[in-house]
Amino acid sequence: MTATLTVSERQIGLLLSVLLALMGLVMAAVARHGAMSVHGVMAVGLGLVLAFRFGGALYDPAPPADRLRHYYDAPTRFGIVMTLVWAMIGMGVGVWVAALLYWPEATPLWPATSFGRLRPVHTTGIIFGFGGNALIATSFHVLQRTSRARLADSVSPWVVLVGYNLFCAWAVTGYLMGATQSKEYAEAEWYADLWLVVIWVTYFALYLRTLARRNEPHIYVANWYYLAFILVVAMLHIVNNLALPVRLTVAESFPVWSGVQDAMVQWWYGHNAVAFFLTAGFLGMLYYFLPVRSGRPIWSYRLSIVSFWGITFFYIWVGSHHLHYTALPYWAQTLGMTFSVMLLVPSWASAGNAIATLNGAWHKVRDDATLRFMFVAAVFYGLSTFEGSFLAIRPVNSLSHYTDWTVGHVHSGTLGWVAMIVFGAIYTLVPQLGGKAEMASPRAVEWHFWLAVAGTLIYVVSMWNAGITQGLMWRAYDENGALSYSFVQSVEAMAPYYLLRTIGGGLFLTGAVVCAWNCRATMRGATGEATDRPLAAQPAE
Amino acid sequence: MPSQTDPRQLAGADPHTGNRKIDPATGYDTTGHDWGGITELNTAFPKIVIWALALTFLYSVVAWVLLPAWPTGGDYTRGLLRLDQGEQAVDGFRDLSDGRQGWLSRFEDGDFDALRSDAALMAAAMPAAARLFADNCAACHGTSGQGGPGFPVLSDGTWLWSGDPAEIALTIRHGINADDPDTRYAEMPAFDWMERSERTALAQFVADLPLGSADPESPAGVLFAENCSACHGETGAGGLEIGAPSLTDRAVIYGQDPATVMETLRHGRSGVMPAWSARLSAPEVNLLALYVAELDRPAGGAQ
Repeated sequence: MTATLTVSERQIGLLLSVLLALMGLVMAAVARHGAMSVHGVMAVGLGLVLAFRFGGALYDPAPPADRLRHYYDAPTRFGIVMTLVWAMIGMGVGVWVAALLYWPEATPLWPATSFGRLRPVHTTGIIFGFGGNALIATSFHVLQRTSRARLADSVSPWVVLVGYNLFCAWAVTGYLMGATQSKEYAEAEWYADLWLVVIWVTYFALYLRTLARRNEPHIYVANWYYLAFILVVAMLHIVNNLALPVRLTVAESFPVWSGVQDAMVQWWYGHNAVAFFLTAGFLGMLYYFLPVRSGRPIWSYRLSIVSFWGITFFYIWVGSHHLHYTALPYWAQTLGMTFSVMLLVPSWASAGNAIATLNGAWHKVRDDATLRFMFVAAVFYGLSTFEGSFLAIRPVNSLSHYTDWTVGHVHSGTLGWVAMIVFGAIYTLVPQLGGKAEMASPRAVEWHFWLAVAGTLIYVVSMWNAGITQGLMWRAYDENGALSYSFVQSVEAMAPYYLLRTIGGGLFLTGAVVCAWNCRATMRGATGEATDRPLAAQPAE
Repeated sequence: MPSQTDPRQLAGADPHTGNRKIDPATGYDTTGHDWGGITELNTAFPKIVIWALALTFLYSVVAWVLLPAWPTGGDYTRGLLRLDQGEQAVDGFRDLSDGRQGWLSRFEDGDFDALRSDAALMAAAMPAAARLFADNCAACHGTSGQGGPGFPVLSDGTWLWSGDPAEIALTIRHGINADDPDTRYAEMPAFDWMERSERTALAQFVADLPLGSADPESPAGVLFAENCSACHGETGAGGLEIGAPSLTDRAVIYGQDPATVMETLRHGRSGVMPAWSARLSAPEVNLLALYVAELDRPAGGAQ
């Protein structure tokens, strides 16, 4: 990191590191005990490590003067490393909690390892750790390439990445200590939420500043998607996390929303976290890496624009479909249901546009596992968006709600679509950023592909069966009007599916471990840098 | 209507001929944009997308007309079907409970001998009772009433408060040591005032009771007679139906090894069974009482 920064940038870095350590010190000192003080100590530790790093390298040789004529890829490389680190954590915990559902007696007698605390470690680790780092890392790459401009400055990319990973680390360690807001996908405590706002605004500003320096007359559709991701996530995050701390010295807080309004705000957030975190950003990834890897033009320019506005417009309405048959007024449920159905059209238009882009490159899909990852991602995107619209229809939801079908649906999206496109992007980027033609082991990529596909299919099919079985057992009455099954019978019926799910998740995790090893080998053997250049000379400092 | 723009002025067009790059695989020209090598085909907007959008919009309009849909300030559009999900839920619940009333209402008055002798009624009722038991009682008493540490076994024929269905129904309705004015009350007091050596001897005596090797003439036996027999009976055989268990049989709640008995003597016990009258209807309580009473009979209702 320090080698790519000028002396004055290192000084700024040193100052920011010291400020981070001071902030952590204040947090630890005022909180004295509990999650907030541990998080303060973590910030002190990170700040000190960074301060020593910058301080020790302060007067090292300056980076070459022509660096501004290159793209700035060091943050992307770091982001990819963090993506893979979080993949190990998030998927590892996921397989572990899946196993606990099959072997609940295996839960250690230690509160930090209970299912309730580990489950958000899995979701946060995957969505924010794995997905978020992949989005930030690839967004820096895509933004620079499609704008033909270097990142607007060299310090703020590091602020974004390091600060974001501190947020993720605060979140998951907080859960282990029992600190949670109890809002799904928004469990992190109030000070972590405030911290993320600062980081996110820095990210948004960096994105806009770089975009303003673009050397292309138009903004490529991938950047539209990344921008929607950044902007809407900021809006969702702020509104859903509005809370009053019990005291400024403790981690606990009360949300400002209550009752059914709180539920509606939570699922407006929750579903649009799926829409703008897990969909829009990754569509940006798809729209860049798929044409690059296949060497094909985007099939339809017009369709890509209409799909973008369709997705952003329809998605924001549909959160209420998570609250069918609840205290939420019927009219809000109807709106959520109908907009979910209309949302299918732009979703499938995007998936179709991606698949049609491969026309003329099917031989590459056959031969290149990296491109196959992206193809499978587009197919699963189409499948899971169809499933999502289907499950949002009220009578269908009355069968599927609260069952493992929902879990299967989410994983068809996260394993089949999100993770697949991330791996496709990583396998394209890692060799390119190291100045190499291909990964250290192309055979390992092939192995990873089949492990990932097999794992996803086993996982999703077993959860479909599990969910439909549960839904049917819960609603079955015998001829005397009594329930046909007790609840615990429906739990016992899950055993084979939970075992299969653990196996499927294990296969997927194995593939990710192979990927991490392969990326490490490729990065270690890197001989140079990316060879492409911004279109014009960049402004001097 | 044909475009009036001079093709030579379009982005990406050859400035002399006006021709744009044609993609050989599809035969389409491109839009002329070029983002670091990414181009886009100038394909016509696919008609099927318009049709699909129109179709899903039509579905939505029909739903909005029929169902409650759009907020109008203080109110909302009610929809032609005038549906109300609260009413639907109540109606659905009523339909289901009406379907059960034919046989379930027979359990209203709790004439257990008459109920027991009606084989047809029992055939209809016992499977339902099994699910009711699994959903409400099994969490503590085990799926087949086999109990667990701290929770009495219901299938071994030993009873704290009698195995008569009427008494079991009373326990279910009001609980034991529960938050209910008519609850059953039972407490094993703590004998922490006793010398530890005496407690040790007493614990061994109690542990020996089921084995038949306890000597009532021993000092521990005297201690038992003075302190324990009022509730557990002179011989420790219980059976007083006041919640104090027999100590001479093999049935246990907390355990009858010396260490567990020491724990019991030191701290006392007052296990809680919740009152269910707020959650289960009177016929359901009677149904469960009969089911639990039959649990220890091999040919009984337990499946």
